[in-house]
Amino acid sequence: MTRVTPPTIVVKRPLSYQEVWGRVGIYAFLGMLALFFFLPAYVMLVTSFKGMDEIRLGHIFTLPQQFSVDAWVKAWTSACTGLDCTGLRVGFWNSVKIVVPSMTLSILLGAINGYALSFWKVKGANVLFACLLLGSFIPYQVFIYPLVRVYAQAGIYGSLPAIVLTHIIFGMPVMTLLFRNYYSGLPVELFKAARVDGAGFWKIFFAIILPMSAPITIVAVIMQVTAIWNDFLLGLVFAGRDNLPMTVQLNNIVNTTTGERAYNVNMAATMLTSLVPLTVYLVSGRWFVRGIASGAVKG
Amino acid sequence: MSSVSLEKIDIHYGKVHVVRSLDLHIRDGEFLVLLGPSGCGKSTLLSAIGGLNDVSSGKILFNDKDVTWVDPKDRGIGMVFQSYALYPTMTVERNMSFGLRIAGLDRATIDKKVTWAAELLQITHLLDRKPSALSGGQRQRVAIGRALVRDADIFLFDEPLSNLDAKLRAELRLEIKKLHKALKSTMIYVTHDQIEALTLADRIAVMKDGIIQQLDTPLNVYNKPANAFVGSFLGSPAMNKVEGQLVADNDRLFFEAGTFRLDVSSYPFAQKVEAARKVVLGLRPEHIVPANGSAPVIEGKVSLIEPLGSSILAWSVFNGINLSHMVGQDDGCEVDHPFAVTIDVQKASFFDVETGWRL
Amino acid sequence: MGAHFTRHVKRNLVAYIALLPMAAVVIFAYLGTLAWSVRLSFSSSRLLPKNDFVGLSQYVDLFDTPRWLTSLGNLVIIAFFFLLICFILGCLLAIFIDQNVRAESLFRTVFLYPYAMSFVVAGLIWQWILNPDLGIQQTMRGLGFSGFVLDWVVNPKMVLYAIILATVWHGSGLVMALLLAGLRGIDSEIWKATRIDGIPTWRVYLSIILPMLRPMIITSLVLLSISIIKMYDVVVAMTNGGPGTASEVPAKFIMDNLFERANIGLATAASTVMLITVMFIMAPVLYFQYFRKSGSSS
Repeated sequence: MTRVTPPTIVVKRPLSYQEVWGRVGIYAFLGMLALFFFLPAYVMLVTSFKGMDEIRLGHIFTLPQQFSVDAWVKAWTSACTGLDCTGLRVGFWNSVKIVVPSMTLSILLGAINGYALSFWKVKGANVLFACLLLGSFIPYQVFIYPLVRVYAQAGIYGSLPAIVLTHIIFGMPVMTLLFRNYYSGLPVELFKAARVDGAGFWKIFFAIILPMSAPITIVAVIMQVTAIWNDFLLGLVFAGRDNLPMTVQLNNIVNTTTGERAYNVNMAATMLTSLVPLTVYLVSGRWFVRGIASGAVKG
Repeated sequence: MSSVSLEKIDIHYGKVHVVRSLDLHIRDGEFLVLLGPSGCGKSTLLSAIGGLNDVSSGKILFNDKDVTWVDPKDRGIGMVFQSYALYPTMTVERNMSFGLRIAGLDRATIDKKVTWAAELLQITHLLDRKPSALSGGQRQRVAIGRALVRDADIFLFDEPLSNLDAKLRAELRLEIKKLHKALKSTMIYVTHDQIEALTLADRIAVMKDGIIQQLDTPLNVYNKPANAFVGSFLGSPAMNKVEGQLVADNDRLFFEAGTFRLDVSSYPFAQKVEAARKVVLGLRPEHIVPANGSAPVIEGKVSLIEPLGSSILAWSVFNGINLSHMVGQDDGCEVDHPFAVTIDVQKASFFDVETGWRL
Repeated sequence: MGAHFTRHVKRNLVAYIALLPMAAVVIFAYLGTLAWSVRLSFSSSRLLPKNDFVGLSQYVDLFDTPRWLTSLGNLVIIAFFFLLICFILGCLLAIFIDQNVRAESLFRTVFLYPYAMSFVVAGLIWQWILNPDLGIQQTMRGLGFSGFVLDWVVNPKMVLYAIILATVWHGSGLVMALLLAGLRGIDSEIWKATRIDGIPTWRVYLSIILPMLRPMIITSLVLLSISIIKMYDVVVAMTNGGPGTASEVPAKFIMDNLFERANIGLATAASTVMLITVMFIMAPVLYFQYFRKSGSSS
């Protein structure tokens, strides 16, 4: 996308008073809001490096007087959920175990679906796809209970396969849409040429389409990593006690402690839980926005 | 080598009836052009011949063998597309050899074929490049090369030159014509460009709304358009069309539109026409020539001139009828001045007002 | 036609097979579960699903349950303010950032980072900041404003606004990012034309640019609406529905009845009501945004 000429000031000339004040206003507005948006991250960060004595003084905005990483160590290794004091690392590794297969499989399926939908004139496929898209708008609560029963019948309720399967199911609409839209933008003639060349369904997919899918796959990875990592509800219901993802464990640590709350540990734990999606966000930059935009309903 | 027969082909896209009960026989080694405006069904028909679209009903025969449901790769076709459709992640060499590799040919044979096609198209020096490093003309040469290596009996071209600029288009047009002469394969070529159609074709099939309007040699299609649509679709500058009626007068036949009157007794009507019949007269600008004294002369007044380089297109009003006509640079044609012309009635066309078909 | 269809399937057999997982997901995981859920809402199921039929009595019970009515009312208030504030804030941010400002990417990053984080995280951070004992309230009092009150998370009258604050913080960046992408896609000649016509900048945005961004605006509002209707994690993390039932929401009501209160019939009735609500909101949007467009373009 080319950068469009900015609407203001095209010719370099001295600014009038009005324009100077206009610029000041713009920066003041943006600066104040930036402060508001950044504030929680700041508070979270400084709190996590304070000791509890300092926190009890009630100055949440001050920098830590005695800088300490104890809270981080505790959050990672020994924070308690009820009587279980194993720290967030358990949740971290659970989340990794959930994200990796869920993401890989849902992207692969999304790519295959998108490819089949946009290049192969399969009768009835568009009706299926419309149903799938509609499904993505419906609150999970509608599907959850029957799924629980089915999983229980199949003997996988509360296990890693159950949560992975659930993420695949609920990730399918957006992944399919993402790849379908991307593939619709590729020239159909490419596909026709490959058919004349004698390539079949899988050969075209692996030799021609997949090598061209790098950009959209990056977008898909970003979307799925953040979405699955940030999930709370599905992990809570389907993952089972041994596989609770980091978000669920975080909430348990923060909201089920008895006695005095260790806010520094809580904030360190919150930071730790956000670390993966935040890193993805900061590293991916514009790709992240592209993911939001293309994951939306567009024809 | 192959002939192609289409029998009662119908193609629907949802509710749209793209091709309607179409019959077409293409002779072995023939260069047939499917010509028509966008949306007339020509590309869809070509895709169906290639096996890339299903037909809704009808049969496709190659050499009298039914291939309607045969897979594209088993039809012995090569195809060239408007957008070149080169695989962007592969080099030129791998683009050209992709089909051969899938077919499981050995390395030596593949190399031989690729080298042969590359030399024929003068793209040998490009073999190691990716398509993104090529110009439009080079890409289309590669695309043609990819079709060539397949040893196809039938070549299908889907508007192959439409994405190129005018100069390259003329150059590659000549290239394709030479190729046809050298290979003597059957070629089916889709275009909306009449110049390409006229220069390349053995026969042109002019299509509109999924129906072939006329199937004939370029000269016949141009000179004796089967209907008003064909008449105005071909030819640039466009054919003049005047609505009026036929009037018999003293054994002679006249065309009248208001005060405009033209003796058309010499026109070779294909069927008997009664006087007072409403008709459309089609006149190509080059068939209205500056008066040279011998034939009947019509006087008009020039309202506009458009220099075209080699000649001039003038717009003049003759007895209330506005016609475009060709004049030479030395014929002294000036705006707002009177000008006399002769109309070559034998080369004119008459169409029925209602049906548009040639009379 | 039958033989024709068989041949079509045969030629594209692999494509059909490749789409089987999707078909299975749609038929079993979406349609099947949905039908089952709706079916259960007409039964007297409590801890275990039953196959009896009790008509609409679960729905009657549902709308006699104060907690459900509170949830619905809360959702309406939260959704209204959330959408309104997110939209206005997002628009302003996008337009101001588009004024060729320095450090543009820094601003963009700051406004969008909350969206990358989990709702649980958003809820927990704001719970801490708004904590009356040690958060902003205490800090302000420590600075000498002894009457300063900011007790939203524990005040039943204000708790919804605490949730709105956290969700707006989380979601405004989305509107900004989408609209900014839209603004960047607008042809620069539009700007040249308006400058020649001498139209004031604010007027250009209001009358020309925003209408051109309609698809982006609808997209962002749809995404935000879905997220707010599904809203569960942020409430659980921030207030767990409290104080009392002051911040209950429908999604939480359903989950509680499914898994803690063992009232499946009531929960599925509630989820069916949510389903109908979503369909009601989405149907026109989907029709105009997706189905009609794809119908005319292909």
